[in-house]
Amino acid sequence: MNYLTGAWTWLTTPANWSGSDGVWQRLVEHLEFTGVCLGLSLLIGLPVAVVLGHLGRGGALAINISNAGRAVPTLALMSVLILTPLGDTSDYWPVVISLTLFGIPPVLTNAYVGIREVDRDTVEAARGMGMTGRQVVFRVELPLAWPLLMTGVRTAAVQLVATATLAAMAGAGGLGRIITAGFDLQSTPQVVAGAVLVALLALLVEGAFALAERALDPMRPARGQPGTESSRRSGLLRRRSLTIGEDL
Amino acid sequence: MSDNCLVANDWICGEYLRTRQHDLLSAVGQHLVLTAESMLAGLVIAIPLTLIARQWRLSTGPILAVTTILYTVPSLAMFSLLLPFYGLSPSLVVTGLTLYSLTILVRNFLAGLRGVPEDVKEAARGMGYGPVRLLLEVEVPLALPAVFAGIRIATVSTVALVTVGAIVGYGGLGNLILSGLHSVFKAQVLTASVLCVLIAVVLDLLLLGLERLSTPWTWRRTGLLRLRAVRPGAGSGNGAGRGSGAGPETSEREAAAR
Repeated sequence: MNYLTGAWTWLTTPANWSGSDGVWQRLVEHLEFTGVCLGLSLLIGLPVAVVLGHLGRGGALAINISNAGRAVPTLALMSVLILTPLGDTSDYWPVVISLTLFGIPPVLTNAYVGIREVDRDTVEAARGMGMTGRQVVFRVELPLAWPLLMTGVRTAAVQLVATATLAAMAGAGGLGRIITAGFDLQSTPQVVAGAVLVALLALLVEGAFALAERALDPMRPARGQPGTESSRRSGLLRRRSLTIGEDL
Repeated sequence: MSDNCLVANDWICGEYLRTRQHDLLSAVGQHLVLTAESMLAGLVIAIPLTLIARQWRLSTGPILAVTTILYTVPSLAMFSLLLPFYGLSPSLVVTGLTLYSLTILVRNFLAGLRGVPEDVKEAARGMGYGPVRLLLEVEVPLALPAVFAGIRIATVSTVALVTVGAIVGYGGLGNLILSGLHSVFKAQVLTASVLCVLIAVVLDLLLLGLERLSTPWTWRRTGLLRLRAVRPGAGSGNGAGRGSGAGPETSEREAAAR
């Protein structure tokens, strides 16, 4: 508990928040890395996933990219990139590139699976109504794939916020700097304070994306209301399992 | 000539491999031990947690919520938060990595058990199977593909995360990466990074082999489906393609949904 009070004291000391290595500065750096990398991950991952999902090809590719992404240690990739000519001028690009590569797999895989899982009959019906491929993607497949697609975006966002901390170990900025500086100073309260800040930011981002997912859902009027097909179906199932129980 | 690559600070350097063989081997050893300990501890905790979550509906939500929240704590922060309790020690790294593996393991185990068709369970009950025998002889074997998917994902990401343990001095190959970065020693950073990926790939393949050996019925069935998909006419429907891809896709989806 000593460490928690120490961390609280550190967090409530105004001097720790201002200046070029204060919390505000580090927070801005952190959000900048994360935002840019999430944007790049979406720019690269979403179109690929939508095209592959729409054509129904490359499922193995999408899954394998995701698995390979987990095997590459971000710290290692960052370190290698920093030692290339890319890292000569600043730490910015090595960090952004390795984090973007880290963010693509969850976006790509979830969006792909989401689009593949759209009921084929629905897609066929849309085509029967004379929709072009583009219309099918934007009016049918994307809205129906929305929950899973957003799960991927949210996962990527939270993991990026968490992983951007590693930039500090490679000498770049961000909230991780507070932790590594705490290690160098052997100040456990500062280390704990930094860790709490990052964990809180990750949880905040998770919450914000969960809210955005609901608020921006293109199918919001249709989903989750009584009488829609999905709720009726689960009601049926529940009733059926009840009767099975009664039979026993 | 052979000394030159160390002096020239080349990325690939045979001389480095030869002279620092001992360092590399001990780092690989530490990496493997940390990974194995974390995964074993993760399994020991995840199995009872899964059974509890399955048995009592009320506990499912909280168990999934807590393990998911643990997963959002950044690795660097996780090791830092555990610092007061363990000091600078290998147990600190193992505890942190164990907590991470829980999310993936519990989710996949639970999804696997839930995926067992109700008819199959009914049939087993009809044959006089009690709850324990039902679990061990019917549900667990049928859940094995999802169980292995969870173990594989958790193992691969644990191997990658061990490197972060370098902040407290117990990061296996991460120690070499970080010290190489600070001394701008290219051969060391690249060699250690490549070894790290190799360990992940080898462990993943070993687990895949183990999965194949323990679930022969899954790949026999996949083979059949693939045959059917090749047949003209059947290829145009999405059913066959989806069928053969359902295994990895669903497990991946479970993993990605965290």
